[in-house]
Amino acid sequence: MSKIGVFICHCGENISATVDCERVAAEAGKMDGVEFATDYKYMCSDPGQTLIKNAIKEKGLTGVVVGACSPRMHEPTFRKACAEAGLNPYLCEMSNLREHCSWVHEKNEQTTEKAIDLVKMLVEKVKKNKPLNAIKVPITKKALVIGGGIAGIQAALDIANAGQQVIMVEKEPSIGGHMSQLSETFPTLDCSQCILTPRMVEVAQHPNITLYTYAELEHLDGFIGNFKATIRLKAKSVDYKLCTGCGACTTKCPNKKIPSEFNEGLGMRTAIYTPFPQAVPNKPVIDRANCTYYQKGKCKVCEKVCPTGAIQYDLPDQFITEDIGAVVIATGFNVLKTDFFPEYGYGKYADVLTGLQFERLASASGPTLGEIRRPSDGKVPKKIVFIACSGSRDPAKGIPYCSKICCMYTAKHAMLYQHKVHDGESYVFYMDIRAGGKNYEEFVRRAIEDDGVNYIRGRVARIYEKDGKYIVKGADTLLGSKPVEIEADMVVLATAGVSNPGAEELAQKMHVSYDAYKFFAEAHPKLKPVETNTAGIFLCGACQAPKDIPETVGMASGAAAKVIGLFSNNELTREPLIAVVNRSAPPVFSTCVGCFMCQTACPYNAIEREEIKGRDGSVIKTVAKVNPGLCQGCGTCVAFCRSKAIDIQGFSNEQMFAEVMALMNE
Amino acid sequence: MSEQIINSPCGVKGTIGFYPGCSLKGSSSEYAQSVLAVAKAFDIELQEIQDWNCCGSTAAHNLNKELALSLSARILALSEKQGLTEVVVPCAACYNRLTVTQHELNNDAALKQRVCDIIDMPIKGNLQILNVMQMIDKYVADRLEEKVTTPFGHKVACYYGCLLVRPHNILQFDRLEDPQSMDILMKRSGAEPIEWGFKTECCGAGFSVSRTDVVAKLSGNIVKDAADRGAEAIIVACPMCQSNLDMRRPQINEYLKQKIDIPVIYITQAIGLAVGLSPKEVGLQKHFVPAQFA
Repeated sequence: MSKIGVFICHCGENISATVDCERVAAEAGKMDGVEFATDYKYMCSDPGQTLIKNAIKEKGLTGVVVGACSPRMHEPTFRKACAEAGLNPYLCEMSNLREHCSWVHEKNEQTTEKAIDLVKMLVEKVKKNKPLNAIKVPITKKALVIGGGIAGIQAALDIANAGQQVIMVEKEPSIGGHMSQLSETFPTLDCSQCILTPRMVEVAQHPNITLYTYAELEHLDGFIGNFKATIRLKAKSVDYKLCTGCGACTTKCPNKKIPSEFNEGLGMRTAIYTPFPQAVPNKPVIDRANCTYYQKGKCKVCEKVCPTGAIQYDLPDQFITEDIGAVVIATGFNVLKTDFFPEYGYGKYADVLTGLQFERLASASGPTLGEIRRPSDGKVPKKIVFIACSGSRDPAKGIPYCSKICCMYTAKHAMLYQHKVHDGESYVFYMDIRAGGKNYEEFVRRAIEDDGVNYIRGRVARIYEKDGKYIVKGADTLLGSKPVEIEADMVVLATAGVSNPGAEELAQKMHVSYDAYKFFAEAHPKLKPVETNTAGIFLCGACQAPKDIPETVGMASGAAAKVIGLFSNNELTREPLIAVVNRSAPPVFSTCVGCFMCQTACPYNAIEREEIKGRDGSVIKTVAKVNPGLCQGCGTCVAFCRSKAIDIQGFSNEQMFAEVMALMNE
Repeated sequence: MSEQIINSPCGVKGTIGFYPGCSLKGSSSEYAQSVLAVAKAFDIELQEIQDWNCCGSTAAHNLNKELALSLSARILALSEKQGLTEVVVPCAACYNRLTVTQHELNNDAALKQRVCDIIDMPIKGNLQILNVMQMIDKYVADRLEEKVTTPFGHKVACYYGCLLVRPHNILQFDRLEDPQSMDILMKRSGAEPIEWGFKTECCGAGFSVSRTDVVAKLSGNIVKDAADRGAEAIIVACPMCQSNLDMRRPQINEYLKQKIDIPVIYITQAIGLAVGLSPKEVGLQKHFVPAQFA
C-alpha cells in the first residue's frame, strides 16, 4: 500500500495569489494512497525541505509529490532532499502548479480545481514509480572553444592554465576577433592591440591548446562529457608546416583590390593574405573566391615567389573528428552596416561610417595609420557628428534592445577625434547616456568637459549630402525640440550590435537555444548566465548579447570555471531517465521481436543489437538494447515500438496512463 | 537603385474605380485632367465612384476618429457596392486616409461593425487602393518606355512628400526614407532624376493658410535644394505639395531672398508629355509658376 506525501508550495505569492493552496493540500489529503499533505510558503527553502524530510522519516512515506514550480527549476532540489531522508530520489515527482496553472490563469475556483487535478495526476504516477539509480559515465577531459576573439581566448587560456586540454576553432585566418580591430579601449584609452596580441601569442604557444584557424564546427554529436565534434579545416592553400610567414607571396600577389575585412572595407588586401600584420598564426591563406588562379585558371605568382614551396593549390577542405567533454561558445557579434539606415543614406555616402570603421581610422594599424581622414577624399574632417543608438532602442525600424557598448565607444571616438584633430568640432547625438561601469561615467564627463565634445540630446532624422558636406538634420530635445542642422565632414553611426550571420545555424547544430535576435540563450538570465540549456555547452561574450571587454572577459572566465569544475570529476552522474528494452524469463526473454524500427528512429544512435544465446552458444533471439551512455531519454523509440517492448524509465507507459486515468476517473 | 516599385500589386485589367477627392475637383483640376488623360493614353478605363464624399482629410482624424474612419469607409463601401475591386486615388492624403481606414477596420472587427452601422453599409475590406505610381506600374510597367514618343529629357527632383509612403507598415508602398517609385517612372519617361535630400520632407501642408511663413520656410528649403542641384522641374503626386511649392512661390522666394522659377508639375503631367500628349491636354497652363518644356 502506497504512502504518498503531498507538499504544496505557495511560491511566495506566485502560486497562492491565484490558487487556494490550503484547499489543494486538503483535497490531496483525501486522495487514495496519500498519507500526508500540507502546504508551505516556500517549499524550496531550508525549512520547507526539512518539512519534507521529516514527513518521509516520521510517516514512512513511499513517494513524494511536490506541487510547486517547474521540474526544470527545482526537481533536483526536492529529489536531493528526499534522498537525504532515505527515500530513493526518483520516487519524488513535481506537479507544476506555477507555470502550468497559477501564472497562466486568473484567480477563481476553476484554477484551484485544475491545481488539484494536476496534483492528483502526479499522485497516481508516483504510485507506479520505481526506485532508480543514477548512471555514471566517463568524462573526456578536453574542451572545445568555438571562436578566437577575446572571449574565446580568455576561456581557452583559463582552461588550459588549469591543466586541461583545449581545442580552439576560429573561422577567420587569425584569432583576435573584433578586439584586434579596435584602436584604444574605454575607459582607460589603453591600446587594444597592446593588451590583446600577447594573449593571442599565448594561445598559439600554449602546450595545452590546439589551435585550428580558418576552421568551423561541422557537426556536434554526443552529450556532456562525451561529445564528438567534427571540424572542417577550410583549405588554406598554404602548407603551414613549410610556410615561414615571410610575406613574399602577399607582396607579389597581383590581385590587390579586395576590400579588407579587418579594415572594414576601408583598406584593401590581396587574394593571398594575412588579415593584419600581428595575426596569429602569422601565415597567409588564399581567398579562393578572389584569387585569379582559382577564378581564371592562371597566375600562380605566389607559388613562383614562395621560397619554401608552401603554396598548395589543390588541397581540399579537411575534416577532423575530436572527442571532447565540454564546449564553450564564444562566437561574438556583428554590427549593422550603414546600408541598414534609409534616413542616413542607405550606405551610399562614403564618409558616413560605422563605429567599427571609425575604430580602423583611429587605429595606428589602420588604413590611415591612425589619422582621421575621410575615405572619400582623404581630407581631415573639421566637423564630425556621432550618432548614438543607430538602430538600437528602435522597435519600429531597428532593434528594440540597447546595444550597451555604444554610449561608451562613442564618447571614446569623440575624445580620440579631439585628441587627433585639435581644431576639429565634434557633436554627439544621443538618447540617454548609459555609462554604467567602473570609471565609465567619469570617462563620458571627461569627453564633454575636458575635450569639449558637444553632446546634443535628440535624434537625427536625416543625413543628406550637399556640396561635399553632410547635412545632419536633428532635434535638440533639451532646447524644446529645436531643429538642429550641422554641416559635417564625416558622420559616424554607432550602429546596433547584432548576432553573427551564422549564429542560428550553429545553434541548431549544437542544439542550444537562441533568442528572437539569434543571440545564444543562457540557461537562466540571472543564476546560470554562462550555461546553455544543453548540458556541457557553455557560452561567453557577445554571442549571448552585446557586451564590452571587461564583461566579456569576466564571463569567459566564468565559463572556463564551469568547464574546469566539470573536468575535476572523473565520472559524470547522469539521470537514469533513459529507454530500456524489457527482459523477461525464458522462453520469451523479451517482448522485443527484433524489428529494429527503434534503431531507425533513434536520433542519437543509442540502439544496439543484442544476441540472446543458449547454453550451447547458439543464437536464440536478437533483440534491441539501449546504450545508456548515448540515450537521451527522448522517447521516440517508445512511440515506434510495435510490441511495446521499450519504456522510458521514470516515464513508462504505465505511469503515463496512470496520470491520464487520474483525470478520466472523475 | 531597385528598378521595381516596391510592393506594387499585380493583376488583370478591368474597370478601375477613380476617387478624385475634393482637390482634384477644385484647385488641382489639372491633376485630375492629367491622370485621366494618361489613363486614356494607356487604355486604362477609369470609372468615377458615384456619390463620393470627402475622405475626411487631416481635419476629421484630428477631431474624431470614428468620423474620420466613417467618411473614408463610406467611399470604400460605395466602391464595393459599385462592383469595383480596385480604385485609383491620385491625392496622397486621400490615398493615405483610404488605405489606413481599410487597414484599421480589417484589424478590429468591433470597430468595423460600429463604422458599418454608422454608414449603414457593409464593407468587405478587400479593395485594392492604388496611387498613380502603382496604377502606372501595374498596368503599364515596361510598356512605358515603348509608349514614350517625346522623352521628358530634363533633370527632375522627385518629391514624394510625407503622406505617400507613411506609415510604411500600413501602406507597404516603396521605401520609407528614400523612395524610388517616381524616380523609376521618370527615368523610364526619359527624365534624369537627381539625388537630393528633401524627397520626403514636410512642405508645411495645411498651414498654407494659417501660417504661410512656416510653409514658405519648409517649402522654400525643398525648392532651394532642388534648384541648387540643377533640377529643371519638381515632380509631385500630391495636390497639397503642389500648391504649397507652386502657389506659395512668391512667399518662398521672399523667404529665400532669391528668385527661383523652377516649375512644380504632377507626375502624370510629365508622363503625359512624354507619351505625346499636348501641354493643354495635361493642364500644364494652370500652374502659377509657368511650366514650359521645350
